[in-house]
Order: sequence, then structure tokens, then C-alpha cells
Amino acid sequence: MTEPGRSGAPVDGPAAASPSAASPAPSAFLDVRDLRVHFPTDDGLVKSVDGLSFRLERGRTLGIVGESGSGKSVTSLGIMGLHTAGRYGRRKARVSGEIWLNGTELLSVGADHVRKLRGREMAMIFQDPLSALHPYYTIGEQIVEAYRIHHDVGKKAARKRAIEMLDRVGIPQPDKRVDNYPHEFSGGMRQRAMIAMSLVNNPELLIADEPTTALDVTVQAQILDLIRDLQEEFGSAVIVITHDLGVVAELADDILVMYGGRCIERGPAEQVFHEPRHPYTWGLLGSMPRLDREQQDRLVPVKGSPPSLINLPSGCAFNPRCPYADVPKDDLSRTVRPELTEVGDRHWAACHMTQEQRERIWTEEIAPRL
Amino acid sequence: MLAYLIRRLFAAAVMLVVIIMVVFGIFFLVPKWAGVDIAASFVGKQADPAAVEAVREKLGLSDPVHLQAWEFFKGIFAGRTFATGGDVVHCSAPCFGYSFKSEQAVWPVLTDRFPVTLGLALGAAVLWLVFGVAAGVLSALKRGSLWDRSAMVVALAGVSLPIYFTGMLSLATFAFGLKWFDAQYVPLGQSLGGWFGGMILPWITLAFLYAAMYARITRATMMEVLGEDYIRTARAKGLRERTVIGKHAMRSTMTPILTMLGMDLGALIGGAILTESTFNLPGLGQAVLNAIRNQDLPIILGVVLITSLSVLLANLVVDVLYAVIDPRVRLT
Repeated sequence: MTEPGRSGAPVDGPAAASPSAASPAPSAFLDVRDLRVHFPTDDGLVKSVDGLSFRLERGRTLGIVGESGSGKSVTSLGIMGLHTAGRYGRRKARVSGEIWLNGTELLSVGADHVRKLRGREMAMIFQDPLSALHPYYTIGEQIVEAYRIHHDVGKKAARKRAIEMLDRVGIPQPDKRVDNYPHEFSGGMRQRAMIAMSLVNNPELLIADEPTTALDVTVQAQILDLIRDLQEEFGSAVIVITHDLGVVAELADDILVMYGGRCIERGPAEQVFHEPRHPYTWGLLGSMPRLDREQQDRLVPVKGSPPSLINLPSGCAFNPRCPYADVPKDDLSRTVRPELTEVGDRHWAACHMTQEQRERIWTEEIAPRL
Repeated sequence: MLAYLIRRLFAAAVMLVVIIMVVFGIFFLVPKWAGVDIAASFVGKQADPAAVEAVREKLGLSDPVHLQAWEFFKGIFAGRTFATGGDVVHCSAPCFGYSFKSEQAVWPVLTDRFPVTLGLALGAAVLWLVFGVAAGVLSALKRGSLWDRSAMVVALAGVSLPIYFTGMLSLATFAFGLKWFDAQYVPLGQSLGGWFGGMILPWITLAFLYAAMYARITRATMMEVLGEDYIRTARAKGLRERTVIGKHAMRSTMTPILTMLGMDLGALIGGAILTESTFNLPGLGQAVLNAIRNQDLPIILGVVLITSLSVLLANLVVDVLYAVIDPRVRLT
């Protein structure tokens, strides 16, 4: 490990900052190092993810949080190898860095090898289960297909397995519903079926991309419970991608906050929630609706809009929107990109303000208003 | 599914009645309102007054309109009799009219010519489906490539060039120049090889036009489908790319292609006038062309009817196939 004494921690300090071909296979189950996903367009190179590193162990859940366009989903598709699989046309995404899954480096191992890992070692749940399921095939056909790609079994056995999985995710009368089409399911049931499909091969890594965004609020909690239960049962590593801090609070052991394609803060969930050390994280917390706090009459949005991923602001990408941009820090925010620095136990943030400045602002100005 | 079928069949039956009534309206009511002597136009060019009077009586043109309509309608399902005094002509069901000019019922004329047109349309459809869809899929997968660009240029040419141009060109080149094929129609019953040889150029000519349209539609649809979430899901399962394209994407791409196929086949079966006259095929299209030249109104009427009916039938088949392909359709 490049940082002795830290290996084994679910979310670690900035792993090897520069990708070196000689870097040894890591001990972490999932180790993402300096991941970059760039898309060439007519207007320039869109740097959707630009130097992201994190680690994740089996049995742990990492929440990746950020607003639209921060690179959350691009990260997950990058891990799954879905930026390069089936991209037609001349403009292909450029993915670089290292993605180590269980000792295999996915970016160098070859497309067909990664394809065989997809669905078996790593699986994904998508945001909108209605559009993510093929409308012309029954739920059963789709689960059976997912199972039989990776298991040499007959249709009958696979169907039995599909029914078993539907039962496991809480779909009533699974032996009947298995022959239904996606449009015959309700939204929550569809997401359950989607989960059943992604877990049918017992994957060790499950990526849930906004798993509850398209669902009714009443159903959201059920789905989150289901994901948590299943994780305990299967012991898989889970990445939950969301813009909803409530979802993360529910599920995640660790949190990674993304802004403009980079990680700006990460650490154990309690720490990020109770002692956040980045103004953007403060903004996210301030814009989260809370039923348990009454005195707050209005949500405080993060002002401005996400940065252009073609021309990120020089210096700190959040600087143009930062309410504390004028806190004296030698104009560093406008010129130098802040690196992640340790601000607590396994807790990292990228901000030019001093620890003391941020602690003071958090305890005196932000926390009392939340 | 059964309820859906019954609904479609019922709708088709209603449509059938409507079509017959509209055709009746076009051929009997509109001229009447316009003050045209229907009897004279049914007899033909050199109308001798006695013959016109005889036809007027045979068609019952002096009867009230609803009686005429009923006779027309009844004739199609039960046959009818045209009579003037002792001169009685029976037209058995399905009576699509009687040509007083050539003194024969229209239906046998149509059935004589129908197989020619059907063979032309079906053969061409097979060609254009295979080549059009394949070219469209390849273009979608290799968008922006040299293949894609050249295929779309050829497709543009196919859509724009008229049949009588491409048809003449292929005749001049392959039949008269290289002498690869005969430019002669041979009935299927006479000689399979002869029929095939005579049909190949018409098939290719007709298919060229349609393959071009189908390639463009397939390309556009396939590109759209490839952007769907469920295609990403299919890849996330670890499916091979050829399964993703050949199974998941193709199934969705087929839907609009099927719609077009239904309408195109229906219309073509009613007569591919340009192709048939270019290649001198004795099909429905040529029959209607001759009938127009000779002002033989009953034949024109018959062809109009059979064209509408084949479109109706083709759409019914497409509707059923729809339900087979897309489970959501069965609900509506």
C-alpha cells in the first residue's frame, strides 16, 4: 500500500495520486485510483470525472453524493466498463486511471474479461426501473437471461432461481409475477425486480445509481431497507450514488462528495454529517429538507449552477459559488486547486481555508441554522 | 390477447363496410352531384344511346340512392344480377362490378392478375427487408464511417430515383445489354425458373426504392434504441454485444419497420403501376392503367376496392404481429 497503516480502511486517503503501471495489486476489494473519464465533444473535452480515488471493502457501503453533472453516474458506469462497451461512432469516452476489483485491474484486462465480470462480480441497479427493463420481455425472461449468461444451467433451473430471487426481494406470488411484463408492475415492484435481477449472480460489488429517485416517497424507504438487508445477507460491497443525503444517511458507512468531477470531501458518514469540512457539503446539508427541525422555514439552496466540465474554474472549482470565497486565504482559491487534506480520522476535504477557519464557520454559522 | 384480437377484427369489419361505402360514394354519388351521366361513363367512349339506357337500367341508376348502395354492397358478398328486359347478366359473389365494355365480370379479371402483383410485392419485400434492414443496422453501428456515409448516399439515390428510371436502366443493362435475364413475364405455373428470371429485375428495381427507405428508418430507430436505458441494462448483465444488438435492440427496432411494411405491402398488392408497366407485367397495376386508357370504369372501381381491402388486411396482420412483439399493445 502506498500509505502504510491505512490499508484495510474502507475509505482511505488519496490513494496513489498518479497512476503508475508498476503499482501493486491492492489489498482493498475495490480500489479506484486516479480515475479519469473524458468525453471529446465539438466544444472541447468534457472532463466528467477527473482524478477520483477511493477504496471500498466487502460488506461496506459507500455513498457518492453530488448534484447533477458532478460525475457520480459517470464514475459508476466507468467502473462497470459501460463507457467503452457498445459505444458506436467515432467519439469514444477516454477512461484512464486504475480500477482494481478483487485483484483485477479492469481498465487493462480486456473488454471481454470485463464483460464476463459484469453481472457476475459487479452488478448495477439503475435509476428508473421502467426504462431500465426491456418492455418487450417478461421480468422472468430478463432475470433468467441475466442468470444464464454466467451459469451453465437449463431454463427450468434458471426460472426456479428467478422465482426464488423475486421472493427474496419481497414480490408477492413470485411464481405468477415472474411471467408479468415490466409495465404490469408498480414502480416499487419494478425496482425490486431490478434488484432481484442484479443480485441473481451474487455479485460482490453492487452499484445502485439513484435507486430511489424515480419512486414514491413511501416506497423509497422500503427499497432502502431491502438494499441494506440484502447487503447484510450477501456481504457485498455497495456503492450508492445519489443526490439525496437522506438516502446516504440511511445506508452509507462512508460518504464521498463529488463536485465538478472530483472528490471534495470524504470520510465516515457520521463525520461528514456532523463535522463537514467543505463549504459545498455545508450547502448540500443546508438544502436538505428536514422534518425534524421546525424552526427552519426555508431551505438554503447552493447558489449558482454546476461548473462547466470543459472549462473548470481555475483554482478551486467551487470558488465561484462559495459563500466563503472572501475568507482570507492568500487568493489561493482562485489560482491553486486544493488537494484533499486530512481533517479528521479517515476524513478528508479539499479546501484552502484553514482547519480553524472551517471549524469556526461550521460551529458558529452553519450548524446552528441546520 | 384474445380480447385484443376480437377488437381488431371488429374494427376491421367496420372499416370494411366504411371502405365499400366510400368507394360507392366516389363512383356513384360524386358524379351524380357533379351532373355527370354515370351510365355513359360506365359504358365507355363511344356510347350508343341504347346501350347507355340499358346500362342505366342494369345498374338501377334511376333507383333511390340507398337502394343502389344496398345492391352494390350486397353484390360484393352475395352477387347480383344486372337485367334489362330479356338481357340478364349474372355477376356472382364477390361481385366487384361488371365491365359492360368488355362484357365480363370484374372479379375474374382481378383474380387473373392478382398473383402477378402478389408475387412482385412479396418477392421485392423479402429483398428490401433483408438488405434495407441489414444496411440500416450496420450504418447505425458504424455511424459516421465511410460505410455509413456511402450507404446513406445510395439510400438517398434509391429514394429519389423514380422507378421508371431505375427500371429502364436495369432493363437496358441486364436484360438487353448483358442479356443476363429475360425481360419476359412467364407465369409461375408454366416454369419456375422462367418466372424467377423474369421477376428478378422487377424485384430488384422495386426493392431498391423500398430498401432505401427501410435502411434510413432502421438506422434512425436503431440509433434511438441503442440510447435506451434497457440496452445499458442488457450490457450491465454481461451480455455479448451481438446479443445486445441482435436480440434486445432488434426487437424494439422491428416495431416501426413492421408498421411500414404493413402499409407498403398493402398498397403494393393493390398494384405496383410503375413497376408493372415498366417491366410489362400483367398485374393489377397494368390492368388499372389499361382500364384508365379505355375508360373502363368498372375495372378501375374493382381495383380501387381490392387495393383498399388489401391495405385493410395488411394492417390487420400488422396489428396482430404488433401484439405478438410488444406486450403493451395487448392492453389497448
